[in-house]
Amino acid sequence: MPETTTEPGAVEPTDEAAVTAAVDAALAAIAGAGDLDELKTVRIAHAGDKSPLSLANRAIGSLPKDQKAVAGKLVGASRGRINQAMAARATELEAERDANILVEEAVDVTAAPRRRAAGARHPLSILQDRVSDIFVGMGWEIAEGPEVESEWFNFDALNFAPDHPARAMQDTFFIEPPEAHLVLRTHTSPVQVRAMLQRDLPVYVLCPGRTFRTDELDATHTPVFHQFEGLAVDKGLSMADLRGTLEHFARVMFGAEAMIRLRPAFFPFTEPSAEMDIWHPGAKGGPQWIEWGGCGMVHPNVLRAAGIDPQIYSGFAFGMGVERTLMFRNDVGDMHDMIEGDVRFSTHFGMEI
Amino acid sequence: MRVPLSWLREYARVPEGASAEDVMADLVRVGLEEEDVHRPSDELHGPIVVGQVLSAEAEEASNGKTIMWCQVQVAPEGTTAADGGDAVHGIVCGADNFSAGDKVVVTLPGAVLPGDFKIAARKTYGHISEGMIASVRELGIGDDHDGILVLGTLGLDPDVGSDALKLLGLDDEAAELNVTPDRGYCFSIRGVAREYSHATGTGFTDPADAVSAPSGVPDGFGVRLEDNAPIHGREGCDRFVTRTVRGVDAAAPTPPWMAARLRLAGMRSISLVVDVTNYVMLELGQPLHAYDQDQLSGAITVRRAVPGEGLKTLDDKERQLDPEDLLITDDAGILGIAGVMGGERGESSVSTSNVLIEAAHFEEVGIARSARRHRLPSEASKRFERGVDWQVAPIAAERAVELLARFGGGTADEAATDVGQAPQPVSIFLPADYASGRIGVDFTDEQITSTLAMLGAEVQPAGEGWNVTPPSWRPDLVEKADLSEEIARLVGYDKIPSRLPVAPPGRGLTRAQQQRRRVVQALADAGLAEVLSYPFVSAEANGLFGTAEADEELPAVRLANPISSEEPFLRRSLLPGLLEVLKRNVSRGFRNTALYESGLVFLPDGRYGSAGIPPLGERPPQQVIDSMLDGIPDQPRRLATVMTGTDSPEGAGHSPRPWDWADPLDTADLVASVLGVTVLRRQGQHQAFHPGRTAELYLPSGAVAGYAGELHPKVLAALDAPARTVALELDLDVLFAAAADVIVAKPISTFPIATQDVALVVDAGIPASDVLTVLREGAGDLLEDAALFDVYSGRGIEEGRKSLAFALRFRAPDRTLTAEEASTARSAAVNLAAERLGAVQRA
Repeated sequence: MPETTTEPGAVEPTDEAAVTAAVDAALAAIAGAGDLDELKTVRIAHAGDKSPLSLANRAIGSLPKDQKAVAGKLVGASRGRINQAMAARATELEAERDANILVEEAVDVTAAPRRRAAGARHPLSILQDRVSDIFVGMGWEIAEGPEVESEWFNFDALNFAPDHPARAMQDTFFIEPPEAHLVLRTHTSPVQVRAMLQRDLPVYVLCPGRTFRTDELDATHTPVFHQFEGLAVDKGLSMADLRGTLEHFARVMFGAEAMIRLRPAFFPFTEPSAEMDIWHPGAKGGPQWIEWGGCGMVHPNVLRAAGIDPQIYSGFAFGMGVERTLMFRNDVGDMHDMIEGDVRFSTHFGMEI
Repeated sequence: MRVPLSWLREYARVPEGASAEDVMADLVRVGLEEEDVHRPSDELHGPIVVGQVLSAEAEEASNGKTIMWCQVQVAPEGTTAADGGDAVHGIVCGADNFSAGDKVVVTLPGAVLPGDFKIAARKTYGHISEGMIASVRELGIGDDHDGILVLGTLGLDPDVGSDALKLLGLDDEAAELNVTPDRGYCFSIRGVAREYSHATGTGFTDPADAVSAPSGVPDGFGVRLEDNAPIHGREGCDRFVTRTVRGVDAAAPTPPWMAARLRLAGMRSISLVVDVTNYVMLELGQPLHAYDQDQLSGAITVRRAVPGEGLKTLDDKERQLDPEDLLITDDAGILGIAGVMGGERGESSVSTSNVLIEAAHFEEVGIARSARRHRLPSEASKRFERGVDWQVAPIAAERAVELLARFGGGTADEAATDVGQAPQPVSIFLPADYASGRIGVDFTDEQITSTLAMLGAEVQPAGEGWNVTPPSWRPDLVEKADLSEEIARLVGYDKIPSRLPVAPPGRGLTRAQQQRRRVVQALADAGLAEVLSYPFVSAEANGLFGTAEADEELPAVRLANPISSEEPFLRRSLLPGLLEVLKRNVSRGFRNTALYESGLVFLPDGRYGSAGIPPLGERPPQQVIDSMLDGIPDQPRRLATVMTGTDSPEGAGHSPRPWDWADPLDTADLVASVLGVTVLRRQGQHQAFHPGRTAELYLPSGAVAGYAGELHPKVLAALDAPARTVALELDLDVLFAAAADVIVAKPISTFPIATQDVALVVDAGIPASDVLTVLREGAGDLLEDAALFDVYSGRGIEEGRKSLAFALRFRAPDRTLTAEEASTARSAAVNLAAERLGAVQRA
């Protein structure tokens, strides 16, 4: 025997008014659900197994045949409405909840900790790379040599006569014992000699590196410093080629307005020799000429020392201080800052200069 | 070289009103660099006039001091004084070395003296003192402060009221020029005036032309040149001129204009005779020496020193002479080191009456060596070692004679001595197109020949060019390249055009250069800061860091003339310098610091260097070049890092990680992977490192590549460096060489991974890396990767043992592995570990 007694709270599936009331109650409850948890409670109450319409639905089975269709339609449609409203509300509440989570997760981005210490290249080392790249771009190659150097490479091969005052003016660090004839190179020029001895002609090389003179460290001097030196040996090179090379270099380094000025000077390894000034448009205190380095046509004796015939080949050479370049290019006021290794100096630059 | 403008004006056309700065701006174009300006009037100006003391009354002041109350005529009667006051001023003076009638220098109110000392009328000792009577010290022209300057003592009798600054040459100014070592002749007014005429295209009067040295006169004082050991085959003295001036009043004052010029030129006025020799040297470039002829005994002989000889020089120093020193001697002994410094005997003094002037020409190298040997860089040696005009000696001697006769009242002997041998004139062939080709300017023949003639050279057409004989004052011109410079600089370097030469196609950076860049960049990217420390270290630092073994003594390169006697060696390790920089940063408040340096270390073997130096201007034989190259100590490139504190700064919600022993090992791995090389590690010992927390790094070839770990606590304490500082030092050259030229690709399997973990219990002393190596070998080809992920000892593990947990990842190139295959491989690995290392699988 089928059960005929309706359960408490149930509505008669045929009672249209009661069904409508149940639907209204359910819709009101759904709309009133403030969050997903409340909605869950509403779902159990109004769409769960024990909910009035579920019970009404179950009761349809025991209705007389002729009432079944009408009741089924009524209850089914009502349950559909409730489920639809339930789903819509759930979507709303989920979106609300998700939005709330994001609001709750908000942080003070300005309080973010620095998790990694920033490293840095030394600006002197970046500058040497940069200069090297400019010349490599011109087809030149980068040549290097040792810091403890044979006296012949550092002086004699460069036409410094043993007793010439120019040699004494180099403030050389000598290596013990004196009979070993070794020095800490006073300039990168011995690399020129090595390049000429070891390479096939023509030679176009740039020699960056560390150099040494017996100066005490002060605001503008350091016993250990860096130079880059250029050497070109080819047929038919003249001082015009020297000027052209320097001008190109200066413009790449300092901008299109940079200019080069040559003044007569003396170096044992060049003849003619020149001091080179650069017109620095961006100099602190306004555009001005700044003494940048020395240069000239390679002295015939230097070519002879490398076994190159000066009647056939000529060459030019130039050299600049890396520290000096950094000082006026980047407005470094005190040599100590470049030498002492204070991390603030390098990290200020980072990886660029 | 300091050049007083009044002096320069005598021989060059310096425009009226041109300043020292203007003159230097012109001279820089021909290669004389500007150094400084000396202008007394910058410090000394205003109404400073000649006054005549009319009356001077001694008065005792209340403080017991006696002062002079003077009436001084400071302007001609009936005119207004330079300060606008009366012609007679009342002046209080503290000195009493004068009397009525004396002419003095009066600084009137409104004048300023050196030290920004402003003169004003002021009340003192009961009088209004309208100015001051000046001493030489107050005028900045001498040290004497015992009394005021009485102009009569200088032989001066100027007009009252005239400008005292002009009288004393204090209105002059000097341009200080930096003279390059090839231009010895520019250490003279004569040379600078000539350069000034070149620079400005104006006229030049050669001061040498204004003097006519006597010729064909009988022999004067006896002089013998006896050089039995010439250097480089050149006689030490190839000209020796003497002149005698008798009856000189050596105590006579030096004329103020001469003293003023000497002072502006940077030399002190000493006595008339000395001042005259210095004056002539500055004017003509010829160093002179003045002897008291009556003190000399017999003839002068110029010779080399004999071993064992010594001399007390004028600076009161006893000097041991070298057989290479060239000496001026007489029959009684040594008078001086030629061209460098005189001795005590024979020197002229204020009591000298008969003066013997020496004007000699000495060979450059010998003088340079003697000056260096005795550390006596004198005004004379500076000129001789750069080369003095051989022709100017008799002219300079004559000029000195004239000045001594004029200001010291002497009479010159008619006889003169002039011995020696003129050097061979140099003739240089200059091809017609040479200078244009070398400079890049199309010089005309006229430009070339007139420029050379302007220099004083003789130019003779010869074939397709010229034969050029440089003037006697230009010993630096020896080949055609030198002439090309002269032409270029006199025509002007600004005429040189610009042309960019095209180098042949290059090969870019070498492999090693690229590798070095990658490594230094990678470490900066990893948060370390690059530094470039000095390579100078102490013996102790090299002993400790330069070798792993405490009892091993390895040679180091030592400097003969270090900056600091504490650090005379070149580093065998980068770490001492790096630690110094680390300490500096810590002391400046950076407790968390990680630094690195890439640089050379100096690792000599016992013998280094090469015998002798090959000569200038020729290629040495290959075996000589090779032996020089062999004699250069090894200087490999290293990389070192030091780290202290934490890896990052403190931050809100962020706990920085303290650097520990594993970090330098990790850095080494970073370097290895950047270079694509394998660096292995094993427990290592290095005297500077913690004995239990140090890895020796090595390559699969067995070559040691460096050390990494924590530094020894005692070492850190002794260095006063932060405790627990960790460090790495790697031999980059070894790593660079180990990197493959071409890295061969490995095929990538897309079949799934099979992961198996294994925990093995082994003796505590067995390194994890050994277990890993054995597991890899045992697991075979299917093993893709294996990694240690846990180390455990304690409860559940017997004493003296430890448990190591590894993650093994298996994959086949061609199929999906079955569980059985992976397990088999894993078992094989475990079995091999059991067999080789006594490993037991943890239950």
